[in-house]
Amino acid sequence: MAISLKVNGAARTLNVPPDMPLLWALRDELNLKGTKYGCGIARCGACTVHIDGVATRSCSTPVSRAVGKEVTTIEGLSPDGVHAVQKAWEELDVPQCGYCQAGQIMAASALLSRTPRPTDADIDTAMNTNLCRCATYIRIKQAIHRAADIKAGTPIPASGANAGKPGSTDQR
Amino acid sequence: MTTRPESTLTVNRRGFLRVTALAGGGLLLASYADPLEAIERWGTAPSLADPTLNAFVRITPDGIVTITAKNPEIGQGIKTMLPMLIAEELDVDWASVRIEQGDLDTTKFQGQSAGGSNATPSNWLPMRRVGAAGRAMLVAAAAQQWSVPASELETEKGVVHHRSTKRTATYGSLATAAAAMPTPDLATIPLKDPKQFKLIGTRQKTYDLHDIVTGKPMFGIDVMVPGMKYATFLKCPVYAGKVKTANLEAIKAMPGITHAFVVEGGTSLNGLLGGVAIVGDSWWLTQQARKKLIVTWDEGATAQQSSAGFAAKAAELSILPPQRSLRKDGDVDAALASATKVVKAEYVYPFISHAPLEPQNCTAHFKDGKCEIWAPSQTPEGGRALVASTLGIKADQITVHMIRAGGGFGRRLYNDYMVEAAWIAKESGVPVKLLWTREDDMAHDFYRPGGFHYFTGGVDASGKVVAFKDHFVSFGSGQQFAASADMGPTEFPARFVPNLAYDSSVMPLGVPTGALRAPRSNAMSFAFQGFIDELAVAAGKDPLQFRIDLLNSEIPAPAPAAGAPAAPPQQAAFDAARMRGVLEQLRDVSGWGKTTLPKGTGMGVAFYFSHRGYFAEVVKATVSKAGAVTVDKVWAVGDVGSEIINPNHAEQQVQGAAMDGIGQAFAQEITFVNGRAEQSNFNTYQLLRMRQAPPIEVHWRKTAFAPTGIGEPALPPVIPALVNAIYAATGKRVRSIPLSKVDLKWT
Repeated sequence: MAISLKVNGAARTLNVPPDMPLLWALRDELNLKGTKYGCGIARCGACTVHIDGVATRSCSTPVSRAVGKEVTTIEGLSPDGVHAVQKAWEELDVPQCGYCQAGQIMAASALLSRTPRPTDADIDTAMNTNLCRCATYIRIKQAIHRAADIKAGTPIPASGANAGKPGSTDQR
Repeated sequence: MTTRPESTLTVNRRGFLRVTALAGGGLLLASYADPLEAIERWGTAPSLADPTLNAFVRITPDGIVTITAKNPEIGQGIKTMLPMLIAEELDVDWASVRIEQGDLDTTKFQGQSAGGSNATPSNWLPMRRVGAAGRAMLVAAAAQQWSVPASELETEKGVVHHRSTKRTATYGSLATAAAAMPTPDLATIPLKDPKQFKLIGTRQKTYDLHDIVTGKPMFGIDVMVPGMKYATFLKCPVYAGKVKTANLEAIKAMPGITHAFVVEGGTSLNGLLGGVAIVGDSWWLTQQARKKLIVTWDEGATAQQSSAGFAAKAAELSILPPQRSLRKDGDVDAALASATKVVKAEYVYPFISHAPLEPQNCTAHFKDGKCEIWAPSQTPEGGRALVASTLGIKADQITVHMIRAGGGFGRRLYNDYMVEAAWIAKESGVPVKLLWTREDDMAHDFYRPGGFHYFTGGVDASGKVVAFKDHFVSFGSGQQFAASADMGPTEFPARFVPNLAYDSSVMPLGVPTGALRAPRSNAMSFAFQGFIDELAVAAGKDPLQFRIDLLNSEIPAPAPAAGAPAAPPQQAAFDAARMRGVLEQLRDVSGWGKTTLPKGTGMGVAFYFSHRGYFAEVVKATVSKAGAVTVDKVWAVGDVGSEIINPNHAEQQVQGAAMDGIGQAFAQEITFVNGRAEQSNFNTYQLLRMRQAPPIEVHWRKTAFAPTGIGEPALPPVIPALVNAIYAATGKRVRSIPLSKVDLKWT
């Protein structure tokens, strides 16, 4: 049956069963590969997208539930990847393998929309169900604080000359 | 890019270089394997007609330097790091470098694998020599053009300078002429004095960073091929079980399903296993069909195996004479009889799963006897060989594209998903993307094997360790350990205790096992460094000083017992002085022994040598009265030689490895009932989470040794450091992990 969606600002019509998870509609019908499959049971967060600005696990959301709402994926978070969270992720070189990072970025950007200056505890709560098997958590946390600074117009990296070297001692 | 057929090949005693002029102008550099090194490593020399290429650089007139990344990128940063080595010696601006991922090509490249923390030590000199040779030829071209001696020329950021006449020429402008210059001898080409390094040792970012944060398709799961169908493959939950019956006709009638068939499979746990393949128009539709699939299985001989059975068998074997001696020095029993204090303890660790976040997948297209494969594999060459032997085609009929992997951790050293995809593609006659479910991934891993250690140790009145005994109960058959379930005769403290015996016994296993980040070491470290902590307590010594004292007691020991296995390579050459240096630095940076901590909070220490790397770590942990453990902080000190090539990624690897170990210690365990894994997804198999992630300080101790790898050696010490911290905090000695199954309540 025809399903009409608004994805990254554009109207899209799909001929898929209404119970198809949004994840697979995005990935395999709309060819938006940035949203990832990790567990299929809403336990890892790799599939996180925004529905009307709310971080949502697309693997466990039937596509029918997104009808009439604004769906945003990593591809539509910003033109050319210039969202504050993406900028902060690049400044701090957060990813290792990178597989979970679209989900992390979508979760982090939703957090900053509702809590512009999150505390460490706010970040722990908001991000605790986004798994990173490489365990880039130290940099994710720093990058969220940095993104908050960028959004607030603070031009200097939070960690000054040490940007990109969280919690380390580099002797070179 | 096409190249002129003429190229010069210079054969040298220790390596050779081929230089080719590009048709559109420019220079192509190919460096070939050092024949002597190849003989050492592989037993044969590459033939001159088909030399093994190990690096590939292209310089075009626009000044762009393109370097091929030959190794699989699994998140360890190798796609960024290996080109840095070339760019350093070539003396180009890093910003002008483009990196392209190479395909598997054993006629051109060497060592296209990700494992064993091997890439740094095996590429440190060859990659730099390629860069230095290119630089020398560009300088020679400039010298000829300006009629000045090459010795008067300098290079900087891709420009050759003749300072006295203020002349300059860009590499791009010289590239075509450089291709006609004599090719330098790779073995004797001068390399930079490390003091002159401009790129090595600087923090460089992930080459593909922008693509990652903008969600570009780049992983195996993202591969799209024209005409491609999607596949799911259901295997027997008991390993190597066979399909007896399946309702294939009903499945084929499901919406969007194009093929459903039985794969007979073999009996080797390392090969293609039996199951039912379903191919369809979308992966989700194949999952809908899979829900209706009814299969009866012949589960085979191992369907009665269980974790409880393994534990009972281990207890039984532990009181029998060991099946085999791995090492015997001095007289352990006599030394124990005269020891002042004797400590006995049993250490147990579980099977665990790799669980990379990207489930196993592979895309394959079989046509006219040829197979094209897109695979996120750590060992694409091994995968190609498996596909060739299973499908009955020659390896040269198979193309393997190396695709970025969403995590490796050792799981993608095995190529079961690759041979499955190739088989299903051949059988169905269409290009197929096979994607495993998370449940498939957890049920069909090559698990880190569990193990049991029965230790006895003795200390004398001065607190010195005089006797050390381990009966290691593991898995295998006869003299053969199951994969990664082995132990070598050099395991520390061998050579540091005069009376020492390592024995082993094995039981049969019907579960696939394999290497997981820091294989063996990730488990041995917990048992040995935990028990050594118990000996420190028995000796009444500070645990860190006790370890330094033990490292000072090195003795020339007799050769291992006849028939004992050879030491694993990563254990071969342990240098106690380097480890002592690491421990001394760790004592300083962690403030060890300088603070009084309240009950419930403690610091623990451990060290471990693996994959040529020397790491010691201190964990500070707090245990609540209810028994909940928080890691407050980790300090890690590592000695991996003279240079940290990319400190940005090296630090990530140390932090990630330490957190990997903490995650394992906290909650990870695969248990078996009726021959199959009980855990199936992240609700029952817990990865480390943001809230559990501690700050981790990373420190380097630079020593005058060639640089070695960093993907693995930071993992092993963190687990024993954590359990030793729990002891310091609570007085409770943890002898089995995961902690989620240990009662740590205190009052």
